[in-house]
Amino acid sequence: MQDKMRLKVLIAKPGLDGHDRGAKVVAQALKEAGMEVVYSGLHRTIDQIVNIAVQEDVDVIGLSIMTGAHIPITQRLFQKIKEKGIDNKMVFVGGVIPSRDIPKLKEIGVVGVFPGGTPLAETIHFLQSTVKKG
Amino acid sequence: MAVARYIKDAKDQILDVILESGIHVKPSYSPKDLDEIGFSYDKDVADPGEYPYTRGIHALGYRSRAWTTRQYTGFGTPQETNERFKLMISHGQTGLNVAFDLPTQMGYDSDDPMSEGEVGRVGMAVDTLRDFEIAFKDIRLDKIGSGLTINAVASIMLAMYQAVAEKYGFDPKVISATPQNDILKEMIGRGAWIFPVEPAVKLIGDTIEYSMTVLPRTNPVSVCGYHIRESGATPAQEIACAILIANAYIDNVLARGYDVDDFVGRFSFNLNVFGNMWEQIAKFRAARKLWARNLKEKYNVKKAQNLFLRGLFGGGGYGLTKEQPENNIMRGAYYGLVAALSGAQTTALCSYDEAYTIPTPHSALLSLRTLQLLMDEMGLRDTVDPLAGSYFIETMTKEMEQKIEEEMGKIEKFGGIVKAVSEGYIQRLVARQAYEVEKGLEAGELLKVGVNIYKEGESMDVELHEYNWDSAAGQIENLRAVKRERSEKDVARTLKELESATRDGKNVMPYLVACCKAYASVGEMAGIFRQIFGEFNEPSLF
Repeated sequence: MQDKMRLKVLIAKPGLDGHDRGAKVVAQALKEAGMEVVYSGLHRTIDQIVNIAVQEDVDVIGLSIMTGAHIPITQRLFQKIKEKGIDNKMVFVGGVIPSRDIPKLKEIGVVGVFPGGTPLAETIHFLQSTVKKG
Repeated sequence: MAVARYIKDAKDQILDVILESGIHVKPSYSPKDLDEIGFSYDKDVADPGEYPYTRGIHALGYRSRAWTTRQYTGFGTPQETNERFKLMISHGQTGLNVAFDLPTQMGYDSDDPMSEGEVGRVGMAVDTLRDFEIAFKDIRLDKIGSGLTINAVASIMLAMYQAVAEKYGFDPKVISATPQNDILKEMIGRGAWIFPVEPAVKLIGDTIEYSMTVLPRTNPVSVCGYHIRESGATPAQEIACAILIANAYIDNVLARGYDVDDFVGRFSFNLNVFGNMWEQIAKFRAARKLWARNLKEKYNVKKAQNLFLRGLFGGGGYGLTKEQPENNIMRGAYYGLVAALSGAQTTALCSYDEAYTIPTPHSALLSLRTLQLLMDEMGLRDTVDPLAGSYFIETMTKEMEQKIEEEMGKIEKFGGIVKAVSEGYIQRLVARQAYEVEKGLEAGELLKVGVNIYKEGESMDVELHEYNWDSAAGQIENLRAVKRERSEKDVARTLKELESATRDGKNVMPYLVACCKAYASVGEMAGIFRQIFGEFNEPSLF
């Protein structure tokens, strides 16, 4: 019963960027908060990320993007998610995200945006209260 | 413990200070402390320019020459980057430090599907020699040196730099490139790796071997403790990793039968400045000493000038905050001061808006001016290593030396730096520490102005550099034009020769230069390496 309630999260590093300090910090924090965490490793294509999400049957996908390419990358992810018919998976984004881009990301379908400097507790609380199992 | 701690009583009195590297700081220091650690001026410190170079590598320090300023610059097309280079030079910058976009760093052409959305974004896009011709147009490559911030394909970019210099009539013997070219650190932090450890280190050995005769003023490798520190390493671990990584590159070249004195003098270092300022100053002084001793005792280096730790001390990216971004201007000034007090040969600062995106011309210039006023207004050129002899600084330097040696010992015990990186030992360590630091910030044990003290609520908006989608499209168009104009016969021949040389384990550098001159693309050259070497298998951490 306990395990069924446990959130499963994919922390993914899409694209060519290799700055992963933030992604790894968030991964450890979510783990410590009791979630099951899958870390994608670096340089993942959107196809690879979606495949991991399906194979691992995660509840939520977190993208860590530091290059400024968060809009096109997130758009591509949502296209792929629709194609694969896994729109039930929620998506959140972290990284170097100027506040002016947050509304645009939400429009694309992202449920939460957590730029660098967001308290870990805020991200954890958001996921626990927003993401539904299954 | 990797988190600095201040133990305080209820009245905010500090009872103990424990620095990131684990050193305890006392309320005051006296000659007794120097006695206790067995301090010897001649053995531990010596005059500037004298072994073990704790006080600096030149007797006259900044009196003989101010530091080189080298702000990290590059974005969009080579044309835009060339304009920014010239702007910075016109404002008194004395070196270049080229930022490449991620497709270039990862060996993809601008028209590769992997490059979509990233062309020219965090640096300049480079596909062929044509791009370097534009980027370095009207720049005196005989007078000004260029840092090339690229690692996995540094060999390609160094070859291209030679090719562009020759195209513009400069003798390769007089040009001075400093490719970053440190792949082991890339596997620990920053992550722009492509090939597995062994061929990746071999490529670095190729650039060092080649530079000895063809590019004697080039610094073929800039060993970066910097990014390891950015990823969560303590200052002591930063230096421990840097020295062991440099040794791995030395070993590769020694195995080819060279004398260490023939090449090690061209090594340089890139080290970080954020954190407790005393700890950083002690770190740099101890690092110079340990590097010199390492070369002398382990490698039997003979020539004095080959024992110098020459470095870019700067950056400080992790220390900057998104909150109250203008505070980063002040942080930069203190980081610059630390670099100057530590005897940096070269420096650069992260700009105040870099927690958001790459710098605007305005913010990049502010960084440059910060560095200039330290040298020209504040008296940092007056005397060498002004903190020498301080009971505190000399005690700290000695303690830092011990901490660095302890950290080196741990890595050696694990089986050496190559094994530690291949198996993820260091990656796990720094990721854990980064998490501890984050928790320390959230618990308020670590103080950060604007982040967990003196907060102002909503962040202010800053003017940001805008990404130009049109310039990406233009870059792809230029690449297609070059491909239409170049001799396909020459391209095919030079690529074929590169492929055979790579398979035969020869030094690839002359073949890369030939490919560059034939306008072969970065993606074509890196593609050959990808095919033959395969890719690095990132160790899993969680």
